[in-house]
Amino acid sequence: MPAIQETVDQVSQIDVDQYKYGFVTDIESDRAPKGLSEDIVRFISAKKNEPDWMLEWRLDAYRRWLTMTEPTWSRVHYPKIDFDDLYYYSAPKSSPGPKSLDEVDPELLAMYEKLGIPLREREILAGVEGASDRRVAVDAVFDSVSVVTTFKEELKKAGVIFCAISEAIREYPEIVKKYLGSVVPVTDNYYATLNSAVFSDGSFVYIPEGVRCPMELSTYFRINERNTGQFERTLIIAEKGAHVSYLEGCTAPMRDENQLHAAVVELVALEDAEIKYSTVQNWYPGDKDGKGGIYNFVTKRGDCRGDRSKISWTQVETGSAITWKYPSCILRGDDSQGEFYSIAVSNGYQQVDSGTKMIHLGKNTKSRIISKGIAAGRSDNTYRGLVSAHRKASGARNFTNCDSLLIGDKCGAHTVPYIESKNASAVFEHEATTSKIADDQLFYCLQRGLSSEEAVALIVNGFVKDVIQQLPMEFAVEAQKLISISLEGSVG
Amino acid sequence: MNAEPRILRTQAEETLALEFAAARTQLPGSPAIAAARESAFATFQKLGLPHRRTEAWRYTDLRALLRTMPPLAVGATAEVSSLADPLPGLDRARLVVVDGIFRPDLSDLNGIDGVTVRPLVDLLQASDARIGQQIATLNDAVVSLNSALMIGGVSIEVPAGARIERAIEIAHVTSSAVASHVRNIVTVGADASVRLLETHVGPAGSAYQANIVTEATVGDRAKVIWAKLQSEGNAAVHLGTLAVTIGTETQFDHLTLMIGATVSRAQTFVTYSGENARAGLFGATMLRGKQHADIALSVDHAVPNGASRELFKAVMDGRSEGVFQGRIIVRPDAQKTDGRMMTQGLLLSEDASFFVKPELEIFADDVQCAHGATSGEIDDDILFYLLSRGIPRPEAETLLVTAFLAEAIEGLGDEAIGDAFEEISRNWLATRGQEAA
Repeated sequence: MPAIQETVDQVSQIDVDQYKYGFVTDIESDRAPKGLSEDIVRFISAKKNEPDWMLEWRLDAYRRWLTMTEPTWSRVHYPKIDFDDLYYYSAPKSSPGPKSLDEVDPELLAMYEKLGIPLREREILAGVEGASDRRVAVDAVFDSVSVVTTFKEELKKAGVIFCAISEAIREYPEIVKKYLGSVVPVTDNYYATLNSAVFSDGSFVYIPEGVRCPMELSTYFRINERNTGQFERTLIIAEKGAHVSYLEGCTAPMRDENQLHAAVVELVALEDAEIKYSTVQNWYPGDKDGKGGIYNFVTKRGDCRGDRSKISWTQVETGSAITWKYPSCILRGDDSQGEFYSIAVSNGYQQVDSGTKMIHLGKNTKSRIISKGIAAGRSDNTYRGLVSAHRKASGARNFTNCDSLLIGDKCGAHTVPYIESKNASAVFEHEATTSKIADDQLFYCLQRGLSSEEAVALIVNGFVKDVIQQLPMEFAVEAQKLISISLEGSVG
Repeated sequence: MNAEPRILRTQAEETLALEFAAARTQLPGSPAIAAARESAFATFQKLGLPHRRTEAWRYTDLRALLRTMPPLAVGATAEVSSLADPLPGLDRARLVVVDGIFRPDLSDLNGIDGVTVRPLVDLLQASDARIGQQIATLNDAVVSLNSALMIGGVSIEVPAGARIERAIEIAHVTSSAVASHVRNIVTVGADASVRLLETHVGPAGSAYQANIVTEATVGDRAKVIWAKLQSEGNAAVHLGTLAVTIGTETQFDHLTLMIGATVSRAQTFVTYSGENARAGLFGATMLRGKQHADIALSVDHAVPNGASRELFKAVMDGRSEGVFQGRIIVRPDAQKTDGRMMTQGLLLSEDASFFVKPELEIFADDVQCAHGATSGEIDDDILFYLLSRGIPRPEAETLLVTAFLAEAIEGLGDEAIGDAFEEISRNWLATRGQEAA
């Protein structure tokens, strides 16, 4: 099939040149000394003007981390990470906590402009006037700090708190104390513990009872500095009946060495609350020989604590040299719902080991997993997921569908689902397929008069459609663009 | 999460070390085999008994389940008063292996002319190259233990082109509370056709352990039907492994029926060595009381154009636990592989559990692979339909469960064996509610 061959060729060309976010912003930064020790933890905590309890929490995590060993069970291979060869804190040098955009370093603003991230509120307003009233509030995290959060005032009017987590620790300690580490315990896993010790910033969202967040919230992560690890921490709390949709995007410059990104995201949904969390992950994936790229070791977990609550994860994973990420839902409340929609595209030497966990604890809990993996080049793409029903989870229901599409004969696609049912009335269904673009599908399209390029585009778009549909509009466009990179040439 | 170095040995591991030290000089075989035993035991000691962190044994924690070890079977000819027939009415030749020792005196070798049957001890003396060949890369503690301690078993050679009509059964019988390590070697020549049965029985209430490893090769264009019945005594531990390589254009159909033992595991490793081979792998598990049964399957498509079909059904009653771990591997260049795996669990009781891990591991692009898994209870709507037709509840349930299992049993494609196995499933259902002690 010429179209397929073309796709293969196109895909094989995609490497560095295609990564358009690979530039470096030349900005003076303020860094902690290299390496990791209790002093560094104290340094970060002091930089953030944190209260004592937070420092203790971090130190406790650090001491626990020292006793832990790196997990090796996932299907990813990489040289051992030297945790003492990293910078754990890096911040652009500007007045701490800029009051307005005017105080933000123009270099930074230029960078965000280049990335297409709207930070100026009036511009955003002007941009969409007449077209739609959809607006997005953005929290921009640059290396270790949050540089700016937009639409704060307007959100405040609705009672929504949206700010950097470092600010929340100072301003709303009671809420942070109550929820931080309650979903992902400090000692949950190696990287989560490391994050607990050294996390520098991230977003904090609090939606009060009964409030429907008036706009999409978004955080944009950027790793700029050489040899830094980014350790962000996100905490989202939706009180009874609250509703929020949150988006996250990430990019990094091209570097020869590998950079570490170990984030922790915690979501808490109380009774009748709903959280929708979307990610478009486009960290630098490394060059065509597999050199460089981000190690993305992320712990994401949502807790459907209240009855009838709902948490929905949507992710489009196209970047990172290594992705190790399992956004999960703990379905604790009765009638709560968890969803996981994922597209993982891997190319070059990328390695993806991603999936989800749906832990059914409450009665009549429902979960749905749709995972689409597309592997090309010499990449490995693994879906790893767990669905479990505990003794008391009567009436639990799960549907899982994982499909993999292979483009080229040097890549691998793997599916490793774990299904554990301890309740007879729990009904679990799992299906997975792996294939290339079927000749008969292509034939059908050609027969209808489509060119072979259009046909391939149509089929791949159809393959990921279930997931794209779940993304908020703004991201759906971006995601489609990202995925179409692997289709360029065959789309025409 | 991590493979931590293990310092402490469990009591069972201690016992095994002492037993091996005492038995090593008396175990049968040539010096080469003796050396292989040493290295196998070293491997076992390095791995230790499988536990929760051993990924391949995730749901069957032998370190916790095997608290103690019964003494090793000594290889003496045990008295077996009566041989209960687990498959009455099924005509077949019988090769009886009691406590690991092949017993011609109890066997029936009629109607299988051309087939060579030898006690394993002969092969051990001759350092037969087939011993250990199929399991060389498994790195499995239980298989290594078997390699170290195997005392006997049987070797079956079906010559090229032979068509053996009468089914051949290897009847494994355990006489008392011992641990027996059995190794069987099965060689099916090119173009041959044969039906094999493997049965496992032993006394009820006796805490014996049976560790059986069967190594098999199927020659090009051969056709093999292989059915395993695990109906061990209700206090037994059964650890069975089949490692088979199938050649070009072979047709290999295998069925495992698991009904006995308190703890059991059936491991099947199928490797494709020639193109256009087809394997059908089926399983039916029936559990009650506190039984735990684990089916582990690995289908390795190492060459192009292979096809495999897997269908495994499990019914769990009481507080039992059913496990299925299946893996389809498609190696690089094994293009045009067609693999389909389905596993279904039916939970008949509130306290039963079902654990499933169906894996696809694919390194070639032009393939069609799929797996499915379901878990649930009897569908209320279907049950209601039967009840509304005046069928009493127990009968309606029996009907539905029989039908559920029959699909897997019939997959084997052998009517006589299928009927005999379905009879077993019906008997099991008829005694439902009577706890398996």
